[in-house]
Amino acid sequence: MDIRPDCPAIEVHNLTASYNRKPVLWDVDFALPQGKLVGIVGPNGSGKTTLLRNMMGLMKPDSGYVNLFGKSLDEVREKVSYVPQRETVDWDFPASVMDVVEMGRYRKGNLFKRLSKQDKILCTEALEKVGLLDLAKRQISQLSGGQQQRVFLARSLAQQADLYLMDEPFVGVDAATEESILALLTQMKSEGKTVVIVHHDLQTAYEYFDWIVLLNTRLVASGEKEKVFTPQLLQEAYGGRLTVLSRIGDLMAKQDFPLREKEFKEAKGTGDGKTY
Amino acid sequence: MAALYIILTASVIAISCGLLGSFLILRKMALVGDAISHAVLPGIVLAFLISGSRDNIPMLIGAAVLGVITTLIIEMLQKKAGMQEDASIGITFTWLFALGVILITSYTGQVDLDQECVLYGEIAYVPLDTFNLSNGLSLGPRALWISGSVLLLIIAFILKGYKGLVLTTFNKDYAASIGISTAFWQLAFMSLVSLTTVVSFESVGAILVVALLVAPPAAAYLLSQNLKKMLWLSTLFGILTAVGGYYLALVLDGSIAGAMATFAGVLFAGAWGWSKLTSKHSGTIPVTDKKNISTFF
Ligand SMILES: Nc1ncnc2c1ncn2[C@@H]1O[C@H](COP(=O)(O)OP(=O)(O)O)[C@@H](O)[C@H]1O
Ligand SMILES: [Mg+2]
Repeated sequence: MDIRPDCPAIEVHNLTASYNRKPVLWDVDFALPQGKLVGIVGPNGSGKTTLLRNMMGLMKPDSGYVNLFGKSLDEVREKVSYVPQRETVDWDFPASVMDVVEMGRYRKGNLFKRLSKQDKILCTEALEKVGLLDLAKRQISQLSGGQQQRVFLARSLAQQADLYLMDEPFVGVDAATEESILALLTQMKSEGKTVVIVHHDLQTAYEYFDWIVLLNTRLVASGEKEKVFTPQLLQEAYGGRLTVLSRIGDLMAKQDFPLREKEFKEAKGTGDGKTY
Repeated sequence: MAALYIILTASVIAISCGLLGSFLILRKMALVGDAISHAVLPGIVLAFLISGSRDNIPMLIGAAVLGVITTLIIEMLQKKAGMQEDASIGITFTWLFALGVILITSYTGQVDLDQECVLYGEIAYVPLDTFNLSNGLSLGPRALWISGSVLLLIIAFILKGYKGLVLTTFNKDYAASIGISTAFWQLAFMSLVSLTTVVSFESVGAILVVALLVAPPAAAYLLSQNLKKMLWLSTLFGILTAVGGYYLALVLDGSIAGAMATFAGVLFAGAWGWSKLTSKHSGTIPVTDKKNISTFF
């Protein structure tokens, strides 16, 4: 299953990438539509983070390349925002919430200058959108996990990009924050932005995204979620991890999988306790 | 006057080390100063062999270049060979130091060259080596002039490059994602560390430099919520170390460098105790702020 959109936001061409000669992505080739919420879904260690890092030019692939809006990354860099996994930075760093959000306005061209008034206004707006304006002066180590995630989100909003690549923005976030993040993402979509999200939770993926990429070193599927969420493809991506799969299979067999999100949510958390 | 010169020179070096050390700590590279102190030996010997003199300038250049190479090797071992940071530091400086020892023993022959006499200064001698005008007028210790220039360079670099330096320290991947060369900032910063370390060794000795690179900024780190405060506190603690250490040495009638390093350690212990006493908020993660969640969209 590999559905090709017209006018793609991202095209990944025959991408192979490895660490210490061990391939983590193998000949991955797909394209993502503009203006959608896209989930990159796959089990732990399936190469989701590696895929995002390759899209952002943070590592050199063995072969293949990525185009964003039909161009190379360097040509469209200011239209692209990258949100790394939360645990990749040291949250004990002596910086305030606002300090981090202001990094969203840093550019190659203004690195040696002060931020403008306009930049500061954009940062304030971004903080307001994620509900952290009250905490602007607080040190980032004094935040909960969900608040830290929202700081990253605010930095990303401050970038004013058209394409957002976010690595696991829902990890370590409480239910209320999860919903508000989702509302924010939906609003971004309605403004025509493309949001690509790495997500390991199969259970919520269907609910959240319009388009889903199933990944497990190789590309398993890429397409509208209705077409991708089939037992065969999920089985192919997740292999023998059946606790989750069988329940999703059951739900799908009853044909009410897309409709009964509430019931589905209640079933959440009763799996094998692992995250994927 | 001698006392003033010693305290002044030590303060200037302590501020330089404290400012750079703050970023070293945040970059999780606190031990690099220690590594550089040993790894520069082959650079000194090679500079001596090439220039054929025991003049200080070529040796300082040789040492500083080796310092930069040291940091590059450490980074390469980590990235390319996938080694742990402590292991890559350990292997790099022991290997380079050993290389220096071999070079000394096999090439320099009868010439009396060891890094003690070339590089590892004694702070008590600072006032003796003065910078003189041609008419014999003394402008004060040479070490003060040199370390003062280095401090100005560091301050200029931090003021001008603050954003780039902070961004590449806090979040490398993000910096790279907006097209900023993290390699450039790493190299620029580590060159400055290398230069500072080598110049300071020559004036005040290795142990003191390594102590000044770590202890005052570590103490400042414990008491700071933001980086600017940390840099100011490092500066303050550096000066306190220089002054306090000097008078401690007087009281104990001991080595000045040793007393200053000891004083820096005591300052750190004090900062740690203070941070434990006052940390009602820091260190504990507060519960999620309910009000903020509800207003969050
Ligand atoms: N820096 C690294 N060095 C070596 N192996 C790595 C590195 N980063 C990730 N890997 C390995 O690559 C595989 C894919 O990792 P990753 O892309 O992080 O997967 P995911 O994000 O889907 O969990 C995993 O097996 C992981 O152990
Ligand atoms: Mg990951």
